[in-house]
Amino acid sequence: MRTPRGEYFLQGNEACVEGAMSSGVRFFAGYPITPSTEIAEGLAQRLKGTNGVFLQMEDEIACISAIIGASWGGTKSMTATSGPGFSLMQEAIGYAAMSETPIVIVNVMRGGPSTGQPTRASQGDVMQTKYGSHGDYQVIAFAPASVQEMFDLTIESFNYAEKYRVPAFLLSDAEVGHMRGLLSVPEQLKIVDRKEKGLKRADEAYDVPDDLVHPFPTFGKGHKAMVTGMTHAEDSRIEPEDVKTHQELVKRLSEKILKNRKDINKWELVSPGSKTMIISYGSAALGPKEVAAKDERVGLLRLKSLWPLPEEPIYEVANQCERILVCEMNLGMMYWPIKRVALEAGCKKVELLSKIGGEPPTPSDVRHKLRGMGAI
Amino acid sequence: MEIFDFYRKDRWPHVFCPGCGNGTVMNCFYRAFSELDLPLERTAFVGGIGCSSRIPLYISSDALHTTHGRAIAFATGLRLSKPDLKVVVFTGDGDLGAIGGNHFINGCRRNVDMTVICINNNIYGMTGGQASITTPHDFLSTTTPFGNKEYPFDLAELAVAAGANYVARWTTRHVHELTKSIKTALQKKGFAFVEVISQCPTNFGRRNKMADPTQMLEWFKESSVRRDKVRTAAVDHFDLNMAGQITIGEFVDRNRECYEELIGVEKHG
Ligand SMILES: Cc1ncc(C[n+]2csc(CCOP(=O)(O)OP(=O)(O)O)c2C)c(N)n1
Ligand code: SF4
Ligand SMILES: [Mg+2]
Repeated sequence: MRTPRGEYFLQGNEACVEGAMSSGVRFFAGYPITPSTEIAEGLAQRLKGTNGVFLQMEDEIACISAIIGASWGGTKSMTATSGPGFSLMQEAIGYAAMSETPIVIVNVMRGGPSTGQPTRASQGDVMQTKYGSHGDYQVIAFAPASVQEMFDLTIESFNYAEKYRVPAFLLSDAEVGHMRGLLSVPEQLKIVDRKEKGLKRADEAYDVPDDLVHPFPTFGKGHKAMVTGMTHAEDSRIEPEDVKTHQELVKRLSEKILKNRKDINKWELVSPGSKTMIISYGSAALGPKEVAAKDERVGLLRLKSLWPLPEEPIYEVANQCERILVCEMNLGMMYWPIKRVALEAGCKKVELLSKIGGEPPTPSDVRHKLRGMGAI
Repeated sequence: MEIFDFYRKDRWPHVFCPGCGNGTVMNCFYRAFSELDLPLERTAFVGGIGCSSRIPLYISSDALHTTHGRAIAFATGLRLSKPDLKVVVFTGDGDLGAIGGNHFINGCRRNVDMTVICINNNIYGMTGGQASITTPHDFLSTTTPFGNKEYPFDLAELAVAAGANYVARWTTRHVHELTKSIKTALQKKGFAFVEVISQCPTNFGRRNKMADPTQMLEWFKESSVRRDKVRTAAVDHFDLNMAGQITIGEFVDRNRECYEELIGVEKHG
């Protein structure tokens, strides 16, 4: 049951639950972990009375395995976790990428490594999201910065997971997950369903060419689907020794995402054309946003999606400004790929404001850094 | 149903070594399935990683070949999301009892409707013969070149204790009993577990003076003791090879409500 149109005052994690319900999630498996637990608790409530299933399992590996299995049953499936649980899921994330299984994984990031800071926000898992499983693969990841975006981007996570048959991530953090704020739910919501083998629909997913995203052979429909994490040919035949089969498969898995960056990436621009541009995301972008709103010398590119890397908006911003400040809650992660694109665009001054420990950078942290750079 | 209506002829020849017990299990499974006249297109097959876990890929229906140890977790999701599908898992001793042990016991406890067939060849076959959690005490493997100092797990007893609705153990020497148990398991509502002690001549037999598969079958025959005749906790518990014997038979047959019934998903399958 989707969230009825209206205005709500909710916690970020609760808004994620509503986004999932509105996307049509029908299978959730989770294991308790701060600061994501409210999502499991919320879905335990909300899935009751639908034809959906809520399952608390023995560990996070079981959870992600179960949602992959459920997805092959044809249902929209999701799990939610945080750092330690996310680490446990890595092998299966690669499996989902290789087997092209649409699933949604919410990671409400907390301070790591290890058990770290269970109740404090961090952005330390952004690289793990893209590189945590072995081998070459691409995923889609969104970074919400408000209660509203916990709702909106949960829906986008489902939409893009379905459209591209890929694991999609909602990379939230303890700050956004636990903040309270307004959620406005419109009458019309854009919901995308996977392109099913043997079906024809006038749906967005059906616009993606078949050579990049193959139609999904749901189990139990006589397709004799063969799903495997091993290198396989177009007809699903296992060919683990064949060089060409491996090259074709793994390149296609990457290309279906990278070639569609423009369709996938989302961002917000504040004062484009400013001499100094801050590039940030999630709760780390809240301080910079306040600064950019008040100071005309400073603009902000807030990335709402992190993977695939939004190269186009970064390039454009870097091409027009004199200096860039990347602001994030880790010791410098997105900083490096952003800097690579900025250098290509001719912007040579790219600095990092990094803050760990659990508090997002404040406006005064940002101004202090900008002063040091000679930007204000 | 003809055997090649059940198995995919286009995937032949298979990867298994000559004399491997997997073939016997495949044959018994086919026999049980076709004698029950179950609809193949309404049955999904799930495997983990290992020689035994490859079997689903040879069956002419939907197959989910997953990650090492997690087959039961994948099967749980699949089954609950599509409760009109029958779900069968093929797994090995390493896949089920070592890396997947947690999913195994919790699967038995949760009692989701599925048939789990574990081909226990007492070794990691696919990776070349390392000791597994069921390698008998003092037997040789590539990682126990001086004899295995650990004692084996009793998978069937574990399943009983953890709550499975049906548990049986046979060997590849007991094809009729095995076929019958597979039939019972396939008809059972809830978690049904069939353990098959099987021969891996390549990686177990060869290192333990039983290079010829028939020697292994002979060993199974000699060591097998019917469970009803040896029903003492001590023997049951340490089972396989500790007392120099393999306890075979049906271990439990009960009807705890399965998870689907408890949460009411069956109604909207
Ligand atoms: C996470 C992980 N660890 C290790 C492996 C390597 N591996 C592949 S098959 C296998 C052993 C399988 O043993 P078993 O389940 O007994 O199956 P068998 O080959 O004996 O039938 C192992 C360890 C793997 N694929 N994944
Ligand atoms: S290695 Fe052992 S288990 Fe694997 S196919 Fe060969 S005989 Fe069978
Ligand atoms: Mg084995």
